[in-house]
Amino acid sequence: MSVGHALLGLLEGGPRHGYDLKRSYDERFGADRPLAYGQVYSTLARLLKNGFVEVESEPGAGPERKRYAVTDAGVADVAAWLAQPEKPEPYLQSTLYTKVVLALLTGHDADAVLDTQRAEHLRLMRELTRRKDGGDLADQLVCDHALFHLEADLRWLELTAARVQQLAAHVRP
Amino acid sequence: MATEPLLVAENLHLRFGTTVALDSASVAVHAGEVLALMGPSGSGKSTLLHCLAGILHPDAGRVTYAGRDLTAMHDSERSALRRTELGLVFQFGQLVPELTCLENVALPLRLNGAPRRAALRSAAAWLERLEVSDVAGKRPGQVSGGQGQRVAVARSLVTRPRVVFADEPTGALDSLNGERVMQLFVAAARETGAAVVLVTHEARVAAYSDHEAVVRDGRVRTMEHVR
Repeated sequence: MSVGHALLGLLEGGPRHGYDLKRSYDERFGADRPLAYGQVYSTLARLLKNGFVEVESEPGAGPERKRYAVTDAGVADVAAWLAQPEKPEPYLQSTLYTKVVLALLTGHDADAVLDTQRAEHLRLMRELTRRKDGGDLADQLVCDHALFHLEADLRWLELTAARVQQLAAHVRP
Repeated sequence: MATEPLLVAENLHLRFGTTVALDSASVAVHAGEVLALMGPSGSGKSTLLHCLAGILHPDAGRVTYAGRDLTAMHDSERSALRRTELGLVFQFGQLVPELTCLENVALPLRLNGAPRRAALRSAAAWLERLEVSDVAGKRPGQVSGGQGQRVAVARSLVTRPRVVFADEPTGALDSLNGERVMQLFVAAARETGAAVVLVTHEARVAAYSDHEAVVRDGRVRTMEHVR
C-alpha cells in the first residue's frame, strides 16, 4: 500500500491540514491500521521535497496549521500509479512451505502444521465473515478481498495436505 | 463445552465394496452449534453426514442422538425421527417438481399430520424469513438456483428440527447467491436453536460455522487431535 499515493489522491479533493488528511485516510483505508501522525508528516515532507505537494501556511503556523495542496506533478504521479499494475506476489517460498518441509525433515507431524494453520485461517475467516455481515458495502468489499485471499491459501493447504506423503518421499534423503 | 453433545458418532466404519469410506470416524455436535465437515471430494464427509442423519448405516461404530442409539433403532423409528427432529438440505434437486414452492415447504408439516391451512401458513412465514415470498406460487422449475435453495432451507427448518444436515448447500450457486443463502440459513438456524452439520469443501462457506472437522481418507481430524 502506497500511503503517499493515497494521500495525494485524497488531496485532489482540495487542500487539507495534515490532521484532516490522516482522519480521512483512516476512515477510508485505515480500519485495521490507522496512520501514525509521524508517518503522515514524514510522508508529506517527502511529497513536498519531491514537488508533489505544496504548503499553504496560515498565520501562527505550527505543523498542524499548514494546509497541503497537491501539485500538477502530484496529480500526474497518482495517475501513473493507478495505471501501473501491482506486482502479483507468488509467495514461492512461503514460511508455511518451509515449515512443512522442515517438519518432514525433522520427523515432526507435518499434518499438524497444516491443521493448525487451517484452523487459524478459518478463525480469521469467521471473524471477517461476522464483520462483513454487520458492515456496510465498503466493509463487505474490504472483507471479501481478504476472504478470497485466505481462501486461496486454504486451497493450497488442502492440496499440500493431500500430497504430504509424496512430499515426504521427495524431501527425505 | 460443558454440556453433553446432542449428536455423537463414535468410531464409524463403512465400506462400499472394497472402498473404505469411513475408517474410525468420530465427531460430536452440540445443540445450537454449526459444525462444518470439510475435506476434499471422496474424503468421506458426505458419507459421514449421511450416517449422522441416520440415512446410511455404518458397518461398525455407533451414532447417538440425544442419548438414543440411532444405529440400533428400527428403520421406521429412524424415519419418524428424520421427519420430526432432523432437517436436510442438499446441493440441488430436492424439491418436488409438481408442487409449488409454498407446498414444498409445507410438505414436511403435512407428512407429520398438520392441517393443510396451518401448514401453508407456517410455510409462508418461512418463505418470508428466507426472503423468497415472491416464489410461493411457482414450481421449482420456474425459480432460480438461489431461490430454490432458499426454499429448500425453509423446508428444512419448517418443522423446527433440532439438527439440520446440509450437504454442499451452496455448491451449485455463484458466490454472491451462495453467500446470501448461507447468511439466511445460519441466521435462521441460530434463531430456532437448531444445530447445523454442514458439509462443504469451500472455506468461505465453512467460515459461517463455529467449528470445523476435517475428513480425510474416511478419518476425522479436529483441532482436539492437534492440540
